[in-house]
Amino acid sequence: MTSWRTKLLPPLLAIVFAVLLSAIALIISGADPLQAYGTMIGQMFKGSTAVDTVNLATVYYLSGLAVAIGFQMNLFNIGVEGQYRFAAVVAAIAGGAMKLPPVIHVIAILLVAVVAGMAYAAVPAILKVTRGVSEVISTIMLNAIVAGIIAFLINADQFGVQRGNNIGTRVIEPSGRIPGIPLGSGTLFGFVVIAALIGAAYWFMLNRTRFGFELKASGESTTAAAAGGVSAKKMTLIAMLLSGGVAGLVAMPELLGRDYSYGITATQMYGFTGIAVALLGRNHPGGIALGALLWAFLDTSAVSLEQINVSKEIATIMQGIIVLSVVVAYEIVRRADLAAEQRRVGRALAGRKGSSVAEGGAV
Amino acid sequence: MSTAEAPAEAVPDRGAPAVQLTGITKRFPGVVANSDVNLTVAAGEVHAICGENGAGKSTLMKILYGMQPPDEGTIAINGEEVKLRNPQDAIRAGIGMVHQHFMLADNLTVGENVFLGAEGLHGIGRAARARLAELAERTGLHAKPETLLEELGVADRQRVEIVKVLYRGAKIIILDEPTAVLVPQEVDALFDTVREMKAGGYTFLFISHKLDEVRAIADTVTVIRRGTTVGTADPKTITSRQLAEMMVGSELPSPETRESTVTDRAVLRLSGLTLGAEGSDRNALDDVSFTVHAGEVLGIAGVEGNGQTELVETIMGMRKPSGGTIELVDADGEARDITKAGTLARREAGIGYIAEDRTRHSLLLTQPLWVNRILGYQTREPVSKGQLLDIAGARADTERIVRDYDVRTPGIDVPAAALSGGNQQKLIVGRELSGNPVLLVASHPTRGVDVGAQALIWEQIRQARAAGLAVLLISADLDELIGLSDTIRVMLRGRLVSEADPATVTPQELGSAMTGAGEGDEE
Repeated sequence: MTSWRTKLLPPLLAIVFAVLLSAIALIISGADPLQAYGTMIGQMFKGSTAVDTVNLATVYYLSGLAVAIGFQMNLFNIGVEGQYRFAAVVAAIAGGAMKLPPVIHVIAILLVAVVAGMAYAAVPAILKVTRGVSEVISTIMLNAIVAGIIAFLINADQFGVQRGNNIGTRVIEPSGRIPGIPLGSGTLFGFVVIAALIGAAYWFMLNRTRFGFELKASGESTTAAAAGGVSAKKMTLIAMLLSGGVAGLVAMPELLGRDYSYGITATQMYGFTGIAVALLGRNHPGGIALGALLWAFLDTSAVSLEQINVSKEIATIMQGIIVLSVVVAYEIVRRADLAAEQRRVGRALAGRKGSSVAEGGAV
Repeated sequence: MSTAEAPAEAVPDRGAPAVQLTGITKRFPGVVANSDVNLTVAAGEVHAICGENGAGKSTLMKILYGMQPPDEGTIAINGEEVKLRNPQDAIRAGIGMVHQHFMLADNLTVGENVFLGAEGLHGIGRAARARLAELAERTGLHAKPETLLEELGVADRQRVEIVKVLYRGAKIIILDEPTAVLVPQEVDALFDTVREMKAGGYTFLFISHKLDEVRAIADTVTVIRRGTTVGTADPKTITSRQLAEMMVGSELPSPETRESTVTDRAVLRLSGLTLGAEGSDRNALDDVSFTVHAGEVLGIAGVEGNGQTELVETIMGMRKPSGGTIELVDADGEARDITKAGTLARREAGIGYIAEDRTRHSLLLTQPLWVNRILGYQTREPVSKGQLLDIAGARADTERIVRDYDVRTPGIDVPAAALSGGNQQKLIVGRELSGNPVLLVASHPTRGVDVGAQALIWEQIRQARAAGLAVLLISADLDELIGLSDTIRVMLRGRLVSEADPATVTPQELGSAMTGAGEGDEE
């Protein structure tokens, strides 16, 4: 089988290509590419950068999984951004208001986050199955709306608390926090474990369960799935809700492991990064993990470039090139592979008897 | 084959040939679609290209129209050798193609459709309209240039396609199965137009597998079998039987079922099944009632587009009927109303389904064969256990199908798209006959497959029938229908209009019943 080639070759090619192109960009801007790359890699071993990278990758990983679930059903859930932010603010408000014993408090917050993410994803899902509204359009709209919802909810008149110049939700009690794992000079999010479990569950669902099969079948060919007794509408609805549910967890590592309050200044754009990471990882749970780590590495180590007077935006350029070339590389390898497979079938059969139309039939 | 070779020399010489193909060979991964095809079309004639589905007609025409380059061989137009890299080259050489599936934009007018992409010739103003009027006159297109295409019927759309290729300066026109979508009167009108245009100096390549039409219109007929030309003949002197023999060769597998295995136990009972059609007040299915018994093959004959697809999809639960009931009777004689059941429930109740378009409805093309084995059976042994898939079971059962149904593949891990049509279909038939179905709904089960696969599929259906399976067979291949069926019902405009006994009916009689010309018509 050539599966290792289809799986590994495209991202490797894309990364090599991106490194080369970024080197050109670096040379044009008057920097030494080797020195720049060296500084970025060197940064990994300084202070808590490595731990920060894994922490950030955890967030990207959840976001990537959320997007990938949609991709399996041919849904482009751009709305992970809106879903996770909506879920974060709702979960933060609920978590701050709750007085529960440890563990149960955490579980309650996570449940609220999942349900809130699903609820926010239910809007485009229902619009899609009942009215045929493209999920791309409706989720973009909902992404824009969520900023207003957050501003409203964490206003001091509603659930917000003013702290200095910042305004945020009430701080979650220690019982509702997920303890970190001290590692070197940093602290690893305890949520890393939960994220890994979700990744494993995603893999199991996709490859071992009937539901996963129906989801993939429906995503590949709605018509064939329908003839096989799979309702595309039902799959669209469930996939969108699941995607929203996982999206609901995206902000949880930071909320329950570091910030304990969701403020107006909370980081945005994780949802969009998730799209890039899912593309990079080809919707495979392992691939998404690698993609998330790579992305997080570029983000955290880019800061070091300023020490050698190189603009840190070079990392953003690299990220962009990687995604573009990964998409192109996968398509090229996929086509080459199918042709190779057909040739292989042809060769294997030619040995038995002359290969002719009589053998192959339709043209 | 002596009958085939003999008339070959009888083709009259009409000067420099309009089209001359020499030694054309085209290979696709795994198959040779055309091998050493030689074809000479004289100027000003109607030259029919005959052959079964999958014989390589379409590939040959795609090569001539520049859509695919040949691997070997040469093409000469009006005596000059040309290289056709794309359809633009072909159009420049004076070749036009009227596709079986029209390439027209519904939301544009007739004029816009014709001018689109050819604005450089006469602009889009008065000169263009004058040219269009002239061509419309010549081809018998009566629709006004400003009519929206969506308001036109099929016959008029076809004329628009013809005008379109003429407008681009075509003198050699390829008609790809032009009659498949037409009713008999429209066919006659089309043939009149073709004859008139032939007199005006145009050359036609007429692709068809309908022998009576070929004999009615063609001056010369070339037969293609298994990707190569087997002979050229004069349709005026050759008999239909000789032509058919050329098309299928001597080793024609016979679909005949020997003794009747029909029992009196009903399996599928339809009563008054009605299905409304979108955007039309005529029902797609109108009061359809019939019963299929265990051990019986019920054949549905009909010109395509008369409701057969809708009938199958309604029985499979992919369309919701507006009236009537569908009942499935189990082995104990217990009738179960499945009118409201979903597709999966119907499949679980024991309906196997061979869809008419295997790539759209039966296969996940990029998935390996064993994953395709699960499709439609995801709730049942041996491929699933409860909510989980049984991958080992699915693989083992796929191995069994590959072995028993002679699916030519190097393994069960290759994607379905890598197999040829015939082998894909064998896999599907094997899958749908797994799990002890009580009813098989087979829609064009041997369409576009090679003769070997055809014989095997027929044999499997026959064996299953002998074992008590009820089969609903929809086919456009009349020989297949007559040979396999125990009862034939004819479908016309969504209704079952007449019944035929396969033991006595001829394809000709069936053909006229299908077009509503026969007797026993309810209308």
